[in-house]
Amino acid sequence: MAGPTLKSQRFRSEREADWVALDAHVRKAERAGARALSDAELLAIPVLYRGALSSLSVARATSLDHELVAYLESLCTRAYFFVYGTRTTLAHRVARFFAVDWPAAARALWRETAAAWLLMALGAVVAYALIRQDADWFYAFIPGEMAQGRDPSATTAFLHSTLYDNSAGKPLSAFATFLFTHNAQIALMAFALGFAFCIPTAFLMIFNGSMVGAMFALYAPHGLGFQLGGWLLIHGSTELYAVALAGAAGFRIGWTLAFPGPLARMDAVAAAGRQSAALMFGVVLMLSVAGMLEGLGRQLIRDDAVRYAIAGFMAVAWSAYLYWPRRPALSDG
Amino acid sequence: MADVQPMPGAPGRPERLRTLITPEGVDLRLVVADAGARAAAFLIDAAIIVGTLAVATIAIVLAFIALKGKPGEILAILWLLVFFFLRNAYFIAFELRPGAATPGKRALGLRVASRDGRPLTADAIFARNAMREIEVFLPATFLVTQGRGVDALITLAGLIWCAVFVFFPLFNRDRLRVGDLVAGTIVVRAPRRRLLPDLAAPGGGQRGAFAFTSTQIDAYGVKELHVLEDVIRHNNSAMVFEVAMRIRRKIGWTAGAAESDWDFLSAYYAALRGRLETRLLFGRRRRDKYDI
Repeated sequence: MAGPTLKSQRFRSEREADWVALDAHVRKAERAGARALSDAELLAIPVLYRGALSSLSVARATSLDHELVAYLESLCTRAYFFVYGTRTTLAHRVARFFAVDWPAAARALWRETAAAWLLMALGAVVAYALIRQDADWFYAFIPGEMAQGRDPSATTAFLHSTLYDNSAGKPLSAFATFLFTHNAQIALMAFALGFAFCIPTAFLMIFNGSMVGAMFALYAPHGLGFQLGGWLLIHGSTELYAVALAGAAGFRIGWTLAFPGPLARMDAVAAAGRQSAALMFGVVLMLSVAGMLEGLGRQLIRDDAVRYAIAGFMAVAWSAYLYWPRRPALSDG
Repeated sequence: MADVQPMPGAPGRPERLRTLITPEGVDLRLVVADAGARAAAFLIDAAIIVGTLAVATIAIVLAFIALKGKPGEILAILWLLVFFFLRNAYFIAFELRPGAATPGKRALGLRVASRDGRPLTADAIFARNAMREIEVFLPATFLVTQGRGVDALITLAGLIWCAVFVFFPLFNRDRLRVGDLVAGTIVVRAPRRRLLPDLAAPGGGQRGAFAFTSTQIDAYGVKELHVLEDVIRHNNSAMVFEVAMRIRRKIGWTAGAAESDWDFLSAYYAALRGRLETRLLFGRRRRDKYDI
């Protein structure tokens, strides 16, 4: 006996094929990306999606088949995320990042960046002053394993050699890679720690500056201050720049969390997080350049003037790229 | 997939439902992923990362031995990059795909979504995963160093610091971790379900043998209908027996000699659903058996 069919069953049997087709298309897109879909499938998805949504509304109002409603809810949710997901291609997104997002984020965070530079300078000056008064302070700023013999008891000749030896036999590019991954991790940490109301990030900035100050306090009395500058800045102009931007990104998050302004706190933090994330992506790129300059450039180039020239060029180039005024339409981005 | 079985009461619990109105004006009623599923997904991902790293390390060491240590520098670079990318790019790369889910999340039927309902941006995914640095890797480092060289007070402070971030999702309604908070994202359930057969579909041959009276059908409402649906789909024989006996007693039905409990329930379900859906079409949704 066929039995009396319910309206909800007829409703289902008339539309079931469309739902199954939509499910198959979305599944394909989820697994292999939108490019795996044929043109016909791509065109069919929005139509099928709207059909499924309307089925969902009808089913909620007229069908008491719990399973059917749950199925349609999950199908519509997956299709919604696909239909209203981001449409840009990777190439377009990368181009937009370099043309708009990164410089815009850097400009928007200029106050935080200035604060990060100031804290680093503060750390450097304090460390320098303390060590010049009492050389024992040096050990407080530079851990023993990092100093590698470069401490107040070292001779001028030894210190000079640390600046110009190309550390024979040391695999240069492996060293560069190590420096990059290590520094990138520290920068990400400076960013993430900003969440704790800026305080740990501020400590990291001061600490970073104090290490530079301590090195100068060690080399300057030996008359090697100028040479140390070249040795540090050839990559340091890029690296310190990146660290300052990472600190700025962290400060923006912590500051917004404490003082959200006109938006609700959650919304303000989310907006700040996305903006500083764009900046952080740029920071990681800068650090890969810095790692290259440190691992390769510094070991191969031993002329002070060339080192300073590279340092200056990098600093000017980064500043021009990030802060050069652009047309207002772009800077809104 | 395990998620095809409707778990009674679990997925649709109202406190975990979130409204998401599509531009077409339909509320999708998203379900926030619970902390257990999030943790399980993360453990799967962590296992994949550690496993891949172990395999890569062994392969690189073997290559180093096989090639008599000649291209040591290249291998060292390779290892550093593998480690760096697994640590930082694994989550980002998978969440940037259309499914917005890592393999662990996909296995649990979860995905990342934007809290404001707009498309998920690359910035948001980068932000939510950069925060893992303090949520996962800092506590992990803390674990490895075992507080060596620092006094008990600092160890305690570190422990509290880590606990704040690790247990953060348990202390808010949306199960947001700090990364979700900063990126404006939320993790929701979006499992793939198979469309199961309609239980009221004609075809059960014995259904004609059951002729319920109008009063018998009117004994229950929508809530009981859904419970009955779950019972029939799970088809646990003890449960089916129990429920069938209870319904027979309630509606005063005397079982025939060859009548199976499952057939009885299935026929009663079809009859009850037909009645309730007809009333629904006339604008009356009977919530449960007390709703006359």
